[in-house]
Amino acid sequence: MNIWEKMMDIDRRWIYLLVGICVLIPLIRPVGLPTFTTPYTQALFDYIDKIPPDGPAILISFDFDPATAPELLPMAQAILRHCFFKDINVLCLGLYPTYIGMIDMALSNVKDDYEAKSGEDFVFLPYVPGVTAVMLSIGEDIKRTFGRDYYGVPLDSLPMMRHIRNYDDIALVLSISGTQLPREWAVLVGTTYHVRVGVGTTAVSAAEFYTFLQTGQFVGMLGGLKGAAEYENLIHAKGYTKKDTRKVASMGMDAQSFVHMLMIVLIVIGNIAYFNIRKKKAR
Amino acid sequence: MKRQIPLIIAFICGIGMIIQFFIPHPVSQKTYEEVLHWQIIVGIFMMIIAVRSLCVVHIDKIRRKKEGWGYSFITLFALAFTAFVGIAFGMGEEFLISDLYQYIMVPMQSTMFSLLAFYMASAAYRAFKARTAQATLLLVVALVVMFGRVPVGERLVPWLPRVIEWILMYPNMAAQRGILLGVGLGMIATSLKIILGIERGYLGGG
Repeated sequence: MNIWEKMMDIDRRWIYLLVGICVLIPLIRPVGLPTFTTPYTQALFDYIDKIPPDGPAILISFDFDPATAPELLPMAQAILRHCFFKDINVLCLGLYPTYIGMIDMALSNVKDDYEAKSGEDFVFLPYVPGVTAVMLSIGEDIKRTFGRDYYGVPLDSLPMMRHIRNYDDIALVLSISGTQLPREWAVLVGTTYHVRVGVGTTAVSAAEFYTFLQTGQFVGMLGGLKGAAEYENLIHAKGYTKKDTRKVASMGMDAQSFVHMLMIVLIVIGNIAYFNIRKKKAR
Repeated sequence: MKRQIPLIIAFICGIGMIIQFFIPHPVSQKTYEEVLHWQIIVGIFMMIIAVRSLCVVHIDKIRRKKEGWGYSFITLFALAFTAFVGIAFGMGEEFLISDLYQYIMVPMQSTMFSLLAFYMASAAYRAFKARTAQATLLLVVALVVMFGRVPVGERLVPWLPRVIEWILMYPNMAAQRGILLGVGLGMIATSLKIILGIERGYLGGG
């Protein structure tokens, strides 16, 4: 058995150990590598930045659960920070029961930094079954669809809801998702009610949504943890965050960088080993 | 009758909603609004059926002591306990239900998903080989995209992010659009088959 055969026969636990080290070290000691801002992140940032304070609201649909939270929660938090700093009213929606907890987490991590109040700066909508029926029903009458907010307060009594009836009063629907739901938002809601739609998605799903960006059905897109880190950098650069705010996505990007590099090295070594073994067998 | 009535309902609802879409009259609009609310109510009943179905499957597994019946017991216990906590103590960030979510559900789901990174690294090392021309193309593009999507790659090769944007914006998008059009046409065909009673899988019974 030559060295290449031994390399291919390596115990997979060594690879697991290397991945573990590559994730842990940058998380313990962040490197803070700079990130190039993609045009779609910039487009989404610019669109939100131009919404006037206390003007039309943004509806953020938290279409993700804890499995994809490491990528998507920092994204949601960065956008909430942007909105709260600019006094943009936010409607938070979860279309599945497990998504509701993500709204709870994002709001509790962000709202105190900006003294954002429920009913005045944001409204946390409760879970209502139906998914696409709920998406369409908001277009008719949001108060009739939900009745009360997540805390049980009637929507009619909330100051923020006085001027919000349906999508006509919403400047942007932002679907933060690791699923196909952004497509439903663009096709069912964007097309039917002529409301602008944006997307924040996992890196794996991002490739699927380029076609909607090209047609203008999405105003912008945050792709994976990189997109979240880019957005974090943009709001930091504009001074929309406190100085001591942790850049969660940027820290995660360091770990992701190291793991990507490790994967590239492993694939290259694996292929060199494969060709050497094939050459030996051919002889 | 058991099969004909659902088929008639599906036909009337399907055709009715198609016609409604093209009539911008207040009556048509009001009908649409009402149908959306019915759909939400039906969704609530679907949840009741789903819970019942889950209970039936797992109770049967426990009763027959089938392999892994212990997990069924845990599933039913978790369902009952979570529902009890939510109903008895209330919902919101200061309640126990929020702690259950934050300290049990979040770590469990995150752990399951995180394990993918380890398996992917191992699988990529062993199986991602340039065996054929197509596999080589896939391998090269994957390496370029992976390298260019992280800050290290962007720093070492400053023009790489633009190359990746081009790959995603043109070859990727062309393929995605083809898939989307195919899916769209498939959805229309399936919807028509359901409305016209040709596709009857939703009635159950195989």
